[in-house]
Amino acid sequence: MINQVVQDEVPVAGDLPRVRGRAIVVTSGKGGVGKTTTTANLGTALAALGASVVLVDADVGLRNLDIVLGLEARVRHHVLDVLEGLVTLDDALVTDKRVPKLRLLAAAQTREKDDVDTVAFRDLIGTLRDRFDYVLIDCPAGIEKGFVNAIAGADEAIVVCTPEVAAVRDADRVVGLLGDDRKVELIVNRLRPALVRKGKMLSVEDVNDILHLPLLGVIADAPDVIVSTNRGQPVALDPASEVGESYRAIARRITGQDRAAPEVPREKTFFGKLFGGRS
Amino acid sequence: MIEFLNRLFGREPSSQTAKERLKLVLLSDHLSLAPDVIEALKRDLFEVISRYVEIDAANCDVTFEQREKQVAMMANIPILGMQKRPVPPAPPASHTNGSPKPPRKASANGNGTPRRRRRKPPQQQTMPQPQLAQVSPQPT
Repeated sequence: MINQVVQDEVPVAGDLPRVRGRAIVVTSGKGGVGKTTTTANLGTALAALGASVVLVDADVGLRNLDIVLGLEARVRHHVLDVLEGLVTLDDALVTDKRVPKLRLLAAAQTREKDDVDTVAFRDLIGTLRDRFDYVLIDCPAGIEKGFVNAIAGADEAIVVCTPEVAAVRDADRVVGLLGDDRKVELIVNRLRPALVRKGKMLSVEDVNDILHLPLLGVIADAPDVIVSTNRGQPVALDPASEVGESYRAIARRITGQDRAAPEVPREKTFFGKLFGGRS
Repeated sequence: MIEFLNRLFGREPSSQTAKERLKLVLLSDHLSLAPDVIEALKRDLFEVISRYVEIDAANCDVTFEQREKQVAMMANIPILGMQKRPVPPAPPASHTNGSPKPPRKASANGNGTPRRRRRKPPQQQTMPQPQLAQVSPQPT
């Protein structure tokens, strides 16, 4: 199933001469909107397209990217070990065997965000950009030191926002803090099309009426995501999953292979509901 | 069914309420101004304009709109006619003789209605009024 995804897609960048990779921070301000899930799935989808990708967990003290990816058992060293010179970068990078072009640099679980030096972290991202096509940084919630560290080395940002007032307000704050020098794009996460139709949820247009960001993609609120997180199998690897396809479409948009406007998920039909279930 | 009834009785969908609440709170966030300060700003704005022209206070409307990078303020202030004797602009600091102090409050009578008549200031006739010539009354 996994190989199928890899083979079906056209590889990009793999055979081209090495240009500096792109460092993209995935951020939101508010917690619990799906930053880590987004980072894991976009990284997986980009690597499945043939790009070399490293995922950096900047959430020191509350690391989760490893467990969402299903790589928690293989993490031996973390980003602070590298920054403090205890191990080499290669010792700390975990290769995802399902998508061999994907690497993870985990955060330290027993340390604090204040232990990370902003300049050193920025320089580490710079080093990774020389080696990988994409450096995706999973930013912690909040706008304090962890956020400052996470965005320091990134020249692009993906703001993840759910259609909720608190998430939009915080996203707006974060967009202001990201400044004018970064390319900033929006992913609307956990959209429920049926609720939008009934006027019970903000629509993608409502959200972007306020944030005014280029729309990178829209992810539906689907049980697939919960199930795949339970299993530690990113949903982007499931060729049958619609949400997985949404992530793959975003990955193609990031690489520039897909230039069409993002699709907004629609309500499931009766038969879709009947046969689309997964457990 | 409940939706239908809500629509029938004109109850706004909650997404619309969410949107309006967000717009208001973000305006406060962006301007770093509390909502009551924004209200005071509007009041003062009407008061200044009504020193020169007679405005339709009941139909004045000031809105704020989030643009790409900044907030824009838009005022829609219907003009009923010219004030008979517009108050001249406040004199420069060096020029201290005899101009009346502008009133501090938007409305002395407390209901938002601007004052219509002002005492003629002594230097009225010697002051140039090029700005006033450009304001044309709105046909109502």
